[in-house]
Amino acid sequence: MSTDLKPLDAPTPRVQGSSVRLGDRIFSSLTRGAGIFVLVLMAAIGAFLVWKAIPAFQNNTGNFFTTQEWFPDANPPFFGIAALAFGTAVSSVIAMIIAVPIAIGTALFIAFFASRRASTSLGFVIDVLAAVPSIIYGLWGLQVLMNHMEGITRWLNDYLGFIPIFNNEIGIYTKSIFIASVVLAIMILPTISALSREVFLQVPRDHREASLALGATRWEMIRMAVLPFGRPGVISATMLGLGRALGETIAVALILSAAFEINWHITEPGGNTFAANIALKWNEAGPIGLSALVASGLILFIITLVVNMIARAIIAKHKEFSGANS
Amino acid sequence: MKLARSSKIAALAATGALALVGCSSSDSASDSGASDGMIGGAECATGTIKASGSSAQKNAMTEWINAYQTACEGATIEYSPSGSSAGRADFINDQVAFAGSDSAMEGEELSQAAARCDANPPINIPMVGGAIALTYNLEGVDNLVLTPDVTAKIFNNEITNWNDQALADANPGVTLPDAPIAQFHRSDGSGTTDNFTQWLKATAPDAWPYEPGSDWAAKGGQGSKGSDGVAASVKSTPNSIGYVELSFVETQGLKAASVDNGGGAVAPNADTATAGLASAKVTPNADAGAGDLTMEIDYAVQDPAAYPVLLLTYEIACESGNSSDALPLVQSFLTYTSSTDGQSMLSGIGYVPLPAELETQVADAVKSLS
Amino acid sequence: MSLAEKDAEVLEGLSSQLAMRSLPRLGTLYSALIGAALTAVIVLLTPAAGIAGSVVIWYLMYMLVQTVWSFRVEGRRFAVNRLVTTVVWTTFLIALSALVWILISVTIRGLSAFSWDFLTGTMRNVSPLREGGGLLHALVGTLEQVGMAALIAVPISILVAIYLVEYGQGRLALFVTFFVDVMTGVPSIVAGLFIYTFWVLTFGFERSGFAASLALTILMIPVIVRSTEEMLKIVPNDLREASYALGVPKWKTIVRIVIPTAFGGIVTGVMLSIARVAGETAPLLLTTFLSQSMNPNLFTGAQASVPTFIWDQISSGTPASIDRAWAGALVLIVVVVFFYGLARLVARLTAPARQ
Repeated sequence: MSTDLKPLDAPTPRVQGSSVRLGDRIFSSLTRGAGIFVLVLMAAIGAFLVWKAIPAFQNNTGNFFTTQEWFPDANPPFFGIAALAFGTAVSSVIAMIIAVPIAIGTALFIAFFASRRASTSLGFVIDVLAAVPSIIYGLWGLQVLMNHMEGITRWLNDYLGFIPIFNNEIGIYTKSIFIASVVLAIMILPTISALSREVFLQVPRDHREASLALGATRWEMIRMAVLPFGRPGVISATMLGLGRALGETIAVALILSAAFEINWHITEPGGNTFAANIALKWNEAGPIGLSALVASGLILFIITLVVNMIARAIIAKHKEFSGANS
Repeated sequence: MKLARSSKIAALAATGALALVGCSSSDSASDSGASDGMIGGAECATGTIKASGSSAQKNAMTEWINAYQTACEGATIEYSPSGSSAGRADFINDQVAFAGSDSAMEGEELSQAAARCDANPPINIPMVGGAIALTYNLEGVDNLVLTPDVTAKIFNNEITNWNDQALADANPGVTLPDAPIAQFHRSDGSGTTDNFTQWLKATAPDAWPYEPGSDWAAKGGQGSKGSDGVAASVKSTPNSIGYVELSFVETQGLKAASVDNGGGAVAPNADTATAGLASAKVTPNADAGAGDLTMEIDYAVQDPAAYPVLLLTYEIACESGNSSDALPLVQSFLTYTSSTDGQSMLSGIGYVPLPAELETQVADAVKSLS
Repeated sequence: MSLAEKDAEVLEGLSSQLAMRSLPRLGTLYSALIGAALTAVIVLLTPAAGIAGSVVIWYLMYMLVQTVWSFRVEGRRFAVNRLVTTVVWTTFLIALSALVWILISVTIRGLSAFSWDFLTGTMRNVSPLREGGGLLHALVGTLEQVGMAALIAVPISILVAIYLVEYGQGRLALFVTFFVDVMTGVPSIVAGLFIYTFWVLTFGFERSGFAASLALTILMIPVIVRSTEEMLKIVPNDLREASYALGVPKWKTIVRIVIPTAFGGIVTGVMLSIARVAGETAPLLLTTFLSQSMNPNLFTGAQASVPTFIWDQISSGTPASIDRAWAGALVLIVVVVFFYGLARLVARLTAPARQ
């Protein structure tokens, strides 16, 4: 057999047999077609959603970005996403503040502090919990957690009430952004923890063992060998957790009080997010209402997209060389 | 189909209401007026139809569907309580055989729906009456009385404490606690909200300056998803108040306030609500089909035996132009629901049977479907 | 710190190790006891909070005592190490207790309504006010909807991944990978909203299990593409090179060599995405028509699914329905855990030998 000595990144088909060339052409066209299909699908989704959202923008008498109320089916329509953006941002940020330290600590524990056997089973448990559906969190948050939260929120009001966000002027502690944030935190905790653990375990053994051999304590080993190496991975894991918190629908819809106003007292009832609003309002929405919901969904989509992009950029910047052709 | 027996059935039966619907219809073939091939005076039809719409009538629909399907083995009716607007939209898009809606279909929707009914506009058939109860959670207070003005101010956040003078005036001799009022409304779009705010607007326009609608307009208070959410919130929060359909009050054992429209305090129950419905007038919509039975509820009724905060759910169907597959089952089912057997079952589960005269008109409208 | 100071510290640490100057073996226990004593004093003297507050104070006292004691005996480095160890243990216990609390809640409440009848019955003719009924119709619905979504998503995703890894050069590949990223960011409710407005409202198709499958496909494709990409990249180049050297055409190399090598990982990725979408509720609410009876037809008619079953039972609000909702949640968790466990098993069994 004669072979052509050509560079490998452009392998040529075997000389004889147009069937081989045909096979390659068919297959590569097939894969390229699949790629194009995904492109077209995504473009179609984006274009369709924008088209559906246009009536909302055309008919809105309020400012879409700064109005807090939501009356798209009134005469004239008057609505805006200010309260939704506030609720989404605040609940996600608080969820992150609670979840990230605990998740990283858990990941460190399973990777470096637990015994070998314990760490595999614990790792599995945490992974499984990352897949628990959100409706279960919503059901649990509503029926179990909310009854237990009054103690903490009352304490916050009594002792830290001088800080505006912990101040509660109404005296009612249920159905607040704070409770929703806690549920969101528990929900994204396994995701961030599992991904961080994967990253920590990928630290080259040599680095770890070298520092230990030099007499470093376990914390010093982590601080010097693991964290710098794992930082980009942990950041991107955090971003993915944030993405999940932003898009969470059911749990928030069940727990929040769905008030359309910007209220900085997070332990008071109130708050609404993009996703929960769609779930709560879609079935009674008129044509403009539905259009407004689609518009708000687009905004949510863009926000989540940006977060994911940042995560990808961070991973890509620190990517190891991988084995394949590209 | 097997049922799991448990002692909880005894507890439920103790509410009395369920003795009627009781164990028998689930074990044996049929009872309450149904015999082989007939139920409520209607002949059994076969096939599968879908309906969707109002969640307020969900429990009534479920009981009717169960009774019908038990008596008529070959029939399957699926009702999705996705909301009145979604139901009307489904009907317009020919996705469902009929729609349940807390407000009559009117205006542009009628002409849009005509397209699926062979160019004839559909008709609104009232079928399920309901009372909107003001349920509250107050220790030691069993007979709270509310006037429209006070109610509007509570839900408008103008009255924020239970010991407010206005509340004391409406409830002489009753000790109300010095506690903030935890007010619950619907966070999702709701026909119940629509009817509740229509009552507020009609009886207390000064205190309630908002347009009635299915979206909650006032500030303050807390929103819960669904009437089940409001009922659960009121049940678990001391010193709270909310508005839910009467069926939730009865099945969950909550307290409901009496409403004084000006003619005396009226407690919500099936009888007072039926009396309230009796004062509703038929105001057929000229844009709808000839047999349209759109009703106008008199929210300001001052009869001491009539409860004024009412909800009426319509079934919207094509007057003519129904698909030949669906027509027999739609007509048969609606004949059953509008029959005396069907309507009498409503009071057992917290709904309100239609007044007798209206029942006849409804039955005629159903007979005229083609 | 100057070099001399750093040296001094290292020497001090080493000498403390060498001199075996460390806390006694039960140092942790002693710290806890001393901490408890301090807590008691504090609680008695100040109007501190109830049990929860006392526990928090005890924990803080314990950390304080242990850190100070270690600092005196073992030196700064080891004191910090102990402190960090305590903190890490704490975070782990907090996370574990929260998650265990959820699992126990679901299990206890779910088991009370759980029975063989529950798994084999439907909700046909079952009143929400009474016990009984089951979710077989919902299970069948979920399996069919997720199955169809996988059927559509998996071939497309694998082909896209192959394109990106094996053929991807030039602008098209950049666009494709960017748009796959975009797809990863679609919130599940937006996917549902899209299918509702597009498939149902604009095109007039009915709400059905198939519409739900379409929404789930949108959610599955990016996940499977990404994980398959990773798996394909792990396949060593040597295998490909050897195959080309033997004159095997590219497409055969991919189909016969690369994919089988990566097969375990691909299957794992597919199962993980299945586990993820099996529990999605939001898109199903907008695209399916809830059914109480069994409907094995994916394309026409009302069809239930486990998440919408749970949602519907929650909405009924009666005690019997809430019980059924918890039982449904239990079943859903078991299904998800099953797929997840299967994925891990497949990954372990088919993993290429580690060095």
